[in-house]
Amino acid sequence: MSAPAQVTVVPRKRRTTELALLAFALGIGLAAYAVVDLNVLGAVSPRFGVVAGVGAALVLAAHLAVRWRLPYADPVLVPCVVLLNGLGLAMIHRIDLINDPPLAGARQQLIWTVIGVALFVAVVLVLRDHRPLQGYTYTIGLAGVVLLLLPLLPGLGVEKFGARIWIEVGGYSFQPAEAAKVLLAVAFASYLVEKRDVLALAGWRVLGLDLPRARDLGPILLMWLVSLAVLVRQRDLGTSLLFFGLFVMMLYVATERAGWPVLGTLLFAVGAYLGYQLFGHVRVRVGAWLDPFSDYDAYYQVINAQFGMAWGGLLGTGLGEGRPGLTPLARSDFIAAALGEELGMTGLMAVILVYGLVVARGLRTALQCREPFGKLLAAGLAFAFALQVFTIIGGVTRLLPLTGLTTPFMSQGGSSLVCNWIVVALLLVVSHQARKPVVTVAPLDPDAQTTQLVRVPAAGAGARA
Amino acid sequence: MNRPIRRVAFVAMLMFALLLANGTYMTLFRTESLAAEPQNRRVRDAEFAQDRGAILAAGKTEIATTSPSDDRFRYQRSYPAGSLYAPVTGFYSYDHGSTGVESTHNGQLAGTADALFVRRLIDLATNRAPQGASVQTTIVPAMQEAAARALGDQKGAVVALDPRTGAVLALVTSPTYDPNDVASHRIEEAGAAYDRLAGAEDRPLANRAAREIYPPGSTFKLVTAAAALADGKRPDSEVDSPDELTLPGTKTVLPNSTNCGGTRVTLTQALEVSCNTAFANLGLELGQDKLREQAQAFGFDQRHLADLNGVASQFPDDLDDAQLALSAIGQFDVAASPLQMAMVTAGIANDGVVMDPYLVSMVQAPDLKPLSTHEPTALSEAMTPENAAALQQMMVETVASGTGRNGAIAGVEVGGKTGTAQSDPSRKPFAWFTSFAPADDPQVAVAVVVEDADIPRQDIAGGRVAAPIARAVMEAGL
Repeated sequence: MSAPAQVTVVPRKRRTTELALLAFALGIGLAAYAVVDLNVLGAVSPRFGVVAGVGAALVLAAHLAVRWRLPYADPVLVPCVVLLNGLGLAMIHRIDLINDPPLAGARQQLIWTVIGVALFVAVVLVLRDHRPLQGYTYTIGLAGVVLLLLPLLPGLGVEKFGARIWIEVGGYSFQPAEAAKVLLAVAFASYLVEKRDVLALAGWRVLGLDLPRARDLGPILLMWLVSLAVLVRQRDLGTSLLFFGLFVMMLYVATERAGWPVLGTLLFAVGAYLGYQLFGHVRVRVGAWLDPFSDYDAYYQVINAQFGMAWGGLLGTGLGEGRPGLTPLARSDFIAAALGEELGMTGLMAVILVYGLVVARGLRTALQCREPFGKLLAAGLAFAFALQVFTIIGGVTRLLPLTGLTTPFMSQGGSSLVCNWIVVALLLVVSHQARKPVVTVAPLDPDAQTTQLVRVPAAGAGARA
Repeated sequence: MNRPIRRVAFVAMLMFALLLANGTYMTLFRTESLAAEPQNRRVRDAEFAQDRGAILAAGKTEIATTSPSDDRFRYQRSYPAGSLYAPVTGFYSYDHGSTGVESTHNGQLAGTADALFVRRLIDLATNRAPQGASVQTTIVPAMQEAAARALGDQKGAVVALDPRTGAVLALVTSPTYDPNDVASHRIEEAGAAYDRLAGAEDRPLANRAAREIYPPGSTFKLVTAAAALADGKRPDSEVDSPDELTLPGTKTVLPNSTNCGGTRVTLTQALEVSCNTAFANLGLELGQDKLREQAQAFGFDQRHLADLNGVASQFPDDLDDAQLALSAIGQFDVAASPLQMAMVTAGIANDGVVMDPYLVSMVQAPDLKPLSTHEPTALSEAMTPENAAALQQMMVETVASGTGRNGAIAGVEVGGKTGTAQSDPSRKPFAWFTSFAPADDPQVAVAVVVEDADIPRQDIAGGRVAAPIARAVMEAGL
């Protein structure tokens, strides 16, 4: 990578491929919606026309905006997201129909999708280049932390389902952590790019690891404390894990020092142990994970999600033919269980693979990107996405203790959907910048140069550890 | 920064691989145990919503049927004759499981039995709702109706067997219940109905015919008589029959409840008037082992009628002489189900061969192809044909001129034995009657028990209360 890039590779734009993939993804989502209607009601509901029209219009708008403003952006990301969003809508519609009269969850989710795509288009049209964001490191970071801690404000924050992660204004509730995720990813990226030389300076060598100097530990300890505050005061395991994981991972990528993730993992282990010892809700989650049948009433939700997925088996009962309504919160936290029941383990795995594709495309963007801020931002957003999917689907399938996170693009909920569409817009912006042909060939790769600067004082093979 | 990003990508890949591996593990190894959890409503609801096969009485009378229903369960189980066949069909409920044939033949009725495997595959491929097999029982509606009518509101049970095959012809227990109440799709009402039945003092859910045991009283003298005949006694052998017998080793006096007709009577005479002291002496003479062996040859200490999960009747172990004397006349800890006493009578009537009782004669696939058929099988040879013929004749005398006169049918020779049993002095005695007919070609054997027979303790009670019921059943069966 240190070799100066003399040959300019011009990637193909592949916008028409994207359009074809989008049509395919939209088709799957709409087909799922229609199958739900056919299986539950016996006929396609009149609302299907509206859903199909709005869906097609949204897909077209997103595509045209990308085609016009970000022609070199990754062509697979948006189709994947459209597929997930569409399947999520169909599943929410299916759960709506359990109730008599049906709930309006899908309608709301469709409205949120419209807002999400509108913001996506806005970011694509207005931003076009992510680098200016680097100028607002502290503003954005502060805004992120404030948002994250906002639910703790009395009078504003509300507690639902045992977690205090919502704020409610004028009847509208919102999960600020979702927006904080985007803001903090941007802020971390630009802060760490700025400070990475300092943070990469080795302190002590312990067991072959370069540990940072005590006075450089500040940021990670601060982030750890914020995460603990989230865990303690908001009772939100998922968000706490997500932010700390995101921060440690970006610290590692920025400094290239394995000491950071090791230290981060240790700190996380300490936090998790304290959490387990001190808080009943953490113990409940762990208990439901290890042995849910020890207490049927307490672990009712986890047990019923297992029943649902077992009932679906390998191929699923078919959309509309299962009993996802028996699992509480099937439309939000446990939408993966509903998918597992009606689409089977095969369907759930297909969905997991589509998430994997999104993550892979995000990380690929990070690798392609030619400047550190974009690299770090794309890698951070992609990893946070992966961590979130892993945590929530792993929780629902009893791979891990359950944490209350949303399943991106699928769970019912406006804050999550809108913010994730913005994440995709940011990834596309970075991807466009990474893939577009460079007009002037730089004599030296700036990335290689900075790396060189770091390595000289570090002296020795240990720097590569 | 590309190297750490690649490592992060590896970690992300690992996370997704773990999710997929865990999904595979769940599907392969957790599905079955999850489906077997009793709280799994999906499985329970699916079973409850099945097109369950019918249960039929002999002929084409449907005693449990399934019809389409337009609520959340697609099919409703119903029992057209209400409570009449409840002791046979049992019930099929949402919250309280199932009993009777509904329970013992659940796999076939639900269509999940292994024998229906291929059929299930075809149903799956052709997208047809799976249908359960139907179960054909041996109950004869006319006899069942007669037994229920004759027993009426009295607490008790009636069992009628075909002595030649062991087929259960009628099986009635009272008080009973309407299984429709418990099978209702209005789950709360069904639950309330169940709670009411389960809590009721006179236990309407109890199957008194096959799943309860009672002191058999004097009807057990048939077993003692069979043991005596096997031991070399003849119907005209004489036995000591004092008016009172002081039980060996105690000061307790066993009186006769009827006049034995002398202090030394023949075996036939002793059975005819149900002479307690004569049979107690016989028991002491034979010893407990011979008595127990004879009881076991008739089927005591074994469970019968798996179709209804029948219980075993008891003949106690380690008796002292006083207990042995009482056991020989069906008191002390001897306890028998009405089914068991019907088996004793049927064995005697069938020239000593006890047939294995059964209730389900055939299981039929939805296309009417028989999946399994019951072949009558002998359980044991309890008596030699000669001894059986002798005992048959003694029982005929009992009906003709002894305590069993109320069991007689005009124009038909009937053999029978009365019994009245009281193991607990505070309770009203149980009235028994067990019989077979016709004597020259036995086609039906019946045992009747009536709890709380409101009559002073004497052997005539079985004849007064229980014999007319047996007669009604025999008449319906001939």
